[in-house]
Amino acid sequence: MSSSNQHLENVSRRRFLKTAGIVSGGLILGTTLPSVAPLWADESSSNELNLFVSIRVDGQVDIICHRSEMGQGIRTGIPQVIAEELCADWDRVNVVQGLADEAYGSQNTDGSRSIRRNYQRMREMGAAARTMLEQAAAKEWGVKPSQVYAENNFVKLRGSTRQLGFGELVKSAMTMTPPTTETLTFKSPKDFKLIGKPITSVDIHKVVGGTTEFGQDVRLPDMLYASIERTPVVGGTVESFDEKAAASVNGVVKVFNMPARPLPALFNPKAGVAVIASNTWAALQGRKQLNVKWNTGNNGAHNSEAYLDDLTSKITTKGKVIRKSGDAYLMAGRAAEKVSATYTMPYLVHAPMEPPAATAVFKDGKCEVWACTQTPQSAQQNVAGALEIDKENVTVHVTLLGGAFGRKSKPDYVVEAALLARETGKPVKVVWSREDDIQHGYYHAVSAQHFEAGLNSDNRVQSWIQRTAFPSISWTFDTRVDEPQGGELSLGFGDMPFDVGALSMESHKAPGHIRIGWIRSVSNIHHGFALGSFVDEIAVKAGKKPHAMWLELLANDRFVDPATEGFEYGNYGDPKEVFPIDTKRLKNVLNIVVEKSGADKSTAPNEAWGISVHRSFVSYVAVATKVSVVDGKVSILEMHSAIDAGTVVNPDRVRAQQEGSMIFGLSIALLGEISVKDGAVEQSNFHDYQVLRMPQTPKIETYIVESDAPPGGVGEPGVPPVAASVANAIYHASGQRIRDLPISKHLRVS
Amino acid sequence: MISFTLNDKPVSLDADPQMPLLWAIRDMLGLTGTKFGCGIAQCGACTVHMDGQPIRSCVMPLSAAADKKITTIEGISEDNSHPIQKAWVEHNVPQCGYCQSGQIMSAVALLESNKSPSDKAIDDYMQGNICRCGTYPRIKAAIKSAAGNFDLAKNVGGDA
Ligand code: FES
Ligand code: FES
Repeated sequence: MSSSNQHLENVSRRRFLKTAGIVSGGLILGTTLPSVAPLWADESSSNELNLFVSIRVDGQVDIICHRSEMGQGIRTGIPQVIAEELCADWDRVNVVQGLADEAYGSQNTDGSRSIRRNYQRMREMGAAARTMLEQAAAKEWGVKPSQVYAENNFVKLRGSTRQLGFGELVKSAMTMTPPTTETLTFKSPKDFKLIGKPITSVDIHKVVGGTTEFGQDVRLPDMLYASIERTPVVGGTVESFDEKAAASVNGVVKVFNMPARPLPALFNPKAGVAVIASNTWAALQGRKQLNVKWNTGNNGAHNSEAYLDDLTSKITTKGKVIRKSGDAYLMAGRAAEKVSATYTMPYLVHAPMEPPAATAVFKDGKCEVWACTQTPQSAQQNVAGALEIDKENVTVHVTLLGGAFGRKSKPDYVVEAALLARETGKPVKVVWSREDDIQHGYYHAVSAQHFEAGLNSDNRVQSWIQRTAFPSISWTFDTRVDEPQGGELSLGFGDMPFDVGALSMESHKAPGHIRIGWIRSVSNIHHGFALGSFVDEIAVKAGKKPHAMWLELLANDRFVDPATEGFEYGNYGDPKEVFPIDTKRLKNVLNIVVEKSGADKSTAPNEAWGISVHRSFVSYVAVATKVSVVDGKVSILEMHSAIDAGTVVNPDRVRAQQEGSMIFGLSIALLGEISVKDGAVEQSNFHDYQVLRMPQTPKIETYIVESDAPPGGVGEPGVPPVAASVANAIYHASGQRIRDLPISKHLRVS
Repeated sequence: MISFTLNDKPVSLDADPQMPLLWAIRDMLGLTGTKFGCGIAQCGACTVHMDGQPIRSCVMPLSAAADKKITTIEGISEDNSHPIQKAWVEHNVPQCGYCQSGQIMSAVALLESNKSPSDKAIDDYMQGNICRCGTYPRIKAAIKSAAGNFDLAKNVGGDA
């Protein structure tokens, strides 16, 4: 129903720009070649000024969003930036979702980098299009371009009332030579009308009316529905199944043994049997009759409890040194007091509200897919690989994503749809159930960490040992990898920012047995929990207030460079000159939450505050959480967070991400646990993989630091400090130190 | 053949009477505003109204809908003008939006049964609706402001 409209609006029917000129600075501008004239509903009225901007003769401004919308607000944020520099009227802006297309640059919507990596580029796109419109007006009036200026969808003549609308100018503007990056002029931030403003989400009216299209909602004529029974053990294969029983279910059209691929897991579909039917329910019913017998292979012996016991015992021994200063072991031997602690976290799964889904059509050697994917280009590549066709023959439409958190960066489900479309010759939608989502994920790694600090006679830290062990994401791509990789150690571990004297940072081996993936803030989840908890433990031992302890360890204002101590720090792929590890900004966000929340004030009995601060994705977040602990039951009463993410495009969406991150972090801290037995995930749905609900949600306050620093990440940095702030608060309220998550293993959660 | 009223229009379906109403609405009747989140009455994404009462359509067999009045998100207003929908826009509630149909259907039913719910009443009523993005604080705020508007509408109507 809603789909036909949405498909027409989709850029599939058109394609902004076809080459024609790449000018300096990576700015791609040009005009449409006649042979690839876009097929708009009303094609003659639409005119491309560049890859991201097209203007209709009636003045409507079509702006491409090339990143995936999963709740973070990017379909509003990217157009806000472009429209700002374009001087467009926001009410005339129409957002068009970009297809998978390498012309856009990376579309991989993860790593909290959509704004961070595109802010300047999108300003350039808007400014370039505006310049062409201004040139067109200047030509029309026979004046110099400097005598005209764009404002609110018009170009105006200085010192005159003359003006021309963008729609009137666009045909002429298209004939202008695209400007080079160096010649572009940008607005001064004080003149911003859109950037920095809490613009309402562009899709909100469709959302509240129920007419948006998510991956699960795609409907095509003659479409079939598929449900797949997959191997419970990674690397397992199908031994036998009852095809007849499944095929005899009313509505079932076909039963298909999915091709099994050897490990590494990559983004390949798992081995399994697909039941294809005329509706979802029939497919699910048929699937129940399959009675599949599996060969489980090597990973069938994996048991997460025993595995974590093993990590926990080896983490107390010396590991492979990844960053070092002085002789921490020698200094530890001379310490007046010692603090040591071991922390663990279980596997976690994303559980986005919308389970994965994808729809595909295969015809004449070409494949067209519609999917809730964070990574359309990788989906395109993987589909092409699986079908053994060129990626130019794969069209990927990105629907809205009903949450993602990293799960939908892995396009295994898109490949499934493509394979089944080829098999049936019909459009096929692969519908993942919640059970499929929880049992066939790419999991956050189970982990153990160990910390030891030596204090001198003044109760100051003089030695520091920290160790981490967890199976690596890289195992999913190469089964020989059996220890944390540099990229993962760069996430809240090797970048530890404290001034602690002698230090030794070490990692331990941990082979993989289930698909390991990235979940919102990735290894920062466990590293942030351990580090943030350990600071609090030192404070207790040293008899200091936690706030004072944090400030003491963060020490003087400085840029921390882990490279000087031998660790090649990734810094989220960004240059350390532009995005240094800045202790001043860490202290600032911490001071803000403590002051605003009153976390350093006394509380009622059985109640207490806990704090933590963490830098990730080049942004800085501090959290203060207030809890009560009564009769073995913990309640979260209040949470305050402060974020310094540099320049902010949409403060309301930043606020929303902070609120969401607090709640996501609480789910992890309080409830999150995936356990594995005989290689298979034991949980299956929201009754046994619980996530936070409304009654458990505290009052949440958010503070955004005003800054004109370059934009940092927003979607993920709120998560890492949460678990530590909660565990610290529980300790101060009850004297119980929780080092093994989730908290629900130790206390009732209400 | 099973007949019922869907958003004030009569519909008839020739389908497995055991098929959950959710799949009948989504796959056979083509209204996809009602979402699939868990299939076992744990998340509330599939909430619709049956004769005015909120139900989880993922566990309600089609046969139980016979001769009933079913309302989905698409049917609560013509133009997003329901006070709950307006409050949702005012508070910019949704993140990904996937849970929001169910949240809105629960919230509408809440305000129909309780014109000015307390925080506790909102918590109790809404606890069956999961939002993995974490929009609970805004949902709560939006319900409260919609409740205010309900009262206002009543006052303007002159029967206060
Ligand atoms: S889908 Fe019905 S309650 Fe979750
Ligand atoms: S808005 Fe995404 S699950 Fe609620």
